[in-house]
Amino acid sequence: MSDKVLTPPAHTAPTAFTQAQLDWLQWLEPLAVEAMTERHLVSLVDAARVKSPYFRLLARDPDALEARTLTDKDIFYNPDAGLPRAERELAATAASRLNGCLYCASVHARHAATYSKREADVERLLDGGVAVDLGERWNAIVAASAALTATPSAFGPEHVDRLRRAGLDDLAIADVVHAAAFFGWANRLMLSLGEPAVPAGP
Amino acid sequence: MAGDADVIDALVGITPGSPLDAIRARRSQARTHAQATYRALFEPVSLGSFTTQERCAVGAFVAGIHGNAVVAGHLAARLAGSGAAPAYRAAVDAAVAAAVATGPYGRYPTGSLSREDTTGPRYRADTETRRALGPHLAAALEHAHLLVFHPRDAARTDLQALLDAGWSTTDIVTLSQLVAFLAFQIRVVAGLRVLAGRP
Repeated sequence: MSDKVLTPPAHTAPTAFTQAQLDWLQWLEPLAVEAMTERHLVSLVDAARVKSPYFRLLARDPDALEARTLTDKDIFYNPDAGLPRAERELAATAASRLNGCLYCASVHARHAATYSKREADVERLLDGGVAVDLGERWNAIVAASAALTATPSAFGPEHVDRLRRAGLDDLAIADVVHAAAFFGWANRLMLSLGEPAVPAGP
Repeated sequence: MAGDADVIDALVGITPGSPLDAIRARRSQARTHAQATYRALFEPVSLGSFTTQERCAVGAFVAGIHGNAVVAGHLAARLAGSGAAPAYRAAVDAAVAAAVATGPYGRYPTGSLSREDTTGPRYRADTETRRALGPHLAAALEHAHLLVFHPRDAARTDLQALLDAGWSTTDIVTLSQLVAFLAFQIRVVAGLRVLAGRP
């Protein structure tokens, strides 16, 4: 068997949560672009993802990757009512912060900041963790996401009540559940198949 | 369960026309493709060297150590349906009892986050579990525990342990997806059950 664990190139590991761009270095061999079949390419959903070693690694199980990606897109991008995109990204960031996925947190903190225009609050979440005070509506979303990220789940009726008091309807609460839960999925892949790196300077 | 019944709907207890049925219908792609992921992992077109029985065993273990009785019951039934012998199923149950913990915990790279380092158990299958389930599945359960409770501790050596136990790169990807997908599915079921109980 020629399969082996990869040794990443020399790099600097990030030691703090950040909204800055990070790289991700894989520990297992992705599919080579020239070795990818039509099925592998279709499983990427977005053709541009062929440039990503992460997605070319996951493409080794194309049925799982394609279904995962389509689930992801509906949870985060479906514009039909429910939770605003900024707050879906907030839930993703909170889950990633608690699990300790610096890479996922960096990507989704940037999205949360972009869509909410509350970059300083997002930075406080990254710096201080899921217990910082971000105002009641965001506190309720972060607390619910953190409770759902715990194993076993600590999410209870009190979280639903608090989210409703903060103005969320049940579709929006279901969006919080799905966004946080999805990062229970994404964080575990990112954390266990490779590692984050600070991009090399120019 | 019929192959086309939506597992999350069934485990939450969502009936046609209910409020949660309407909510899930607003995110129909997520509903359809969460189910498609489940089928891709538990009823795959191509198994590789990761057998149906092993997939069900890892699934029952992951749901069991999450402490989610609803999903654990479903996957334990699926394991029984895969033809697993009673002794094999009992060994999975014993592994769950030995591995259960609370998460997430783990260490960060040395630096300002080190003050948030928290420690917890690293699961190692005992001799009896290895004998009953074999080294290939035992290695998968050890890895599943890492991913469920302390994924930020994951390291290259953990992947090497899987390769050493006979897992291919592609099958490690599938194993990782199966464990990580269940982390999602279990949370969706848990969250929607709470919401359903709070009309």
